[in-house]
Amino acid sequence: MEPEAAKLIGAGLASIALAGAGVGIGHIFGAYLSGALRNPSAAAGQFPNLLLGFALAEATGLFGLVIALILLFVI
Amino acid sequence: MATEHATAGHGGEAAAFDPMHQFEIKRLIPLEIFGIDASFTNSSLFMVVAVILISGYIIFSMSGRALVPGRMQSVAELGYEFVANMVRMNIGSAGQKFFPLIFSLFMFVLVLNMIGMIPYTFTVTSHIIVTFALAIVIFLGVTLVGVVIHGFGFLKFFVPSGVPALLLPLLVVIEVISYLTRPVSLSVRLFANMMAGHTMLKVFASFVVGLGFLGGWAPLAFMVAFTGLEVLVAFLQAYVFAILTCIYLNDAIHLH
Repeated sequence: MEPEAAKLIGAGLASIALAGAGVGIGHIFGAYLSGALRNPSAAAGQFPNLLLGFALAEATGLFGLVIALILLFVI
Repeated sequence: MATEHATAGHGGEAAAFDPMHQFEIKRLIPLEIFGIDASFTNSSLFMVVAVILISGYIIFSMSGRALVPGRMQSVAELGYEFVANMVRMNIGSAGQKFFPLIFSLFMFVLVLNMIGMIPYTFTVTSHIIVTFALAIVIFLGVTLVGVVIHGFGFLKFFVPSGVPALLLPLLVVIEVISYLTRPVSLSVRLFANMMAGHTMLKVFASFVVGLGFLGGWAPLAFMVAFTGLEVLVAFLQAYVFAILTCIYLNDAIHLH
C-alpha cells in the first residue's frame, strides 16, 4: 500500500473517535434532562456540572481528531 | 502548519480556502537571543493585547469603586464573583490564596479564546505549545504546593484508600500515570477544541463561497449557528481549564 494512502486511511479511522464523543455528549444531556424533569428544583444547581461534563466528553473525541491531524500534517 | 498539504477549493487561491492558513505564525519583529528565536510574533502580539485588555478593563472599571456599581463595574464584579465562587466551591477556604492565579488563568484563556472568535484575528490558544506551557506550569506549581503542604505525605495521594493490598502495586502505577498525564490532557483539551472549532468554521465558510449566491444560504445559516456554538465552546473551555486547575489544587491541598 502507498504510504500516503495508509496515512489518509489512518486519519479517517482516527476520526471514528468522534462517534464516542457523540454518544458521551448525548448521554450527558439525556441524563441531565431526565434528572432535571424528576427534580426541577435541583436542576439549576447542576448546570455547571452539565457544562463541565459536556466539555470533558467533547475533548476525548477531539483527542482522536488530533491524532488524525498529526497523521495528515506532521508525519 | 504545513501549507503544502492544503487542498485548494473551487479554483480559488490556495491560501483563501486553506483551513490551516489561519494558524500560521508570522514574525512581526525578528529577534534572536543567544541563538534562540525569540521573535515578536502575531501570537505574542495577541497575548499582549489580551493582557492589556484584561488589566485595562479591570483597572478602568474599578477605578470609581462605587458602592452601587455602574455597568462597567458590574461586569468586572461579575467576573470576580464567578471565579471566586468556583474557587470556594472546589477548594474551600484554603483555596482563597490561590484566587489570583485562577482568576488570571481564567481571564487570560477566556479573552484569548474570545479574541480568536473575531474574524481575521489569531487564536493563540489553538497552538499546543501555548496551552502546554500553561498546563505544565500549573502541573509543576500544583505538585509544589502539595509537597510544601504535606512533605513526604504527599505520596499518600497515589495510594487509594480501602483497596486490597494485592491490588495496590497495580493501582499505584495507574494513579501515577494518570497524575502524569494531567498536563497533557489539560493542554490538548483546550488546543484541540480551539483548533478543531476554527478549522470547522473555515471549512463551512468555504462551502458558502463554493456554492455561490443560490446555494450558499444553507451553509451560511449553519455558519451563524456554529459561530454561536463556538462562542459557547470558547467560554466553556476557559471555564473547564480554570475548574480543572481548581480540582488539581484541591487534590494537592486536601489529598482526595
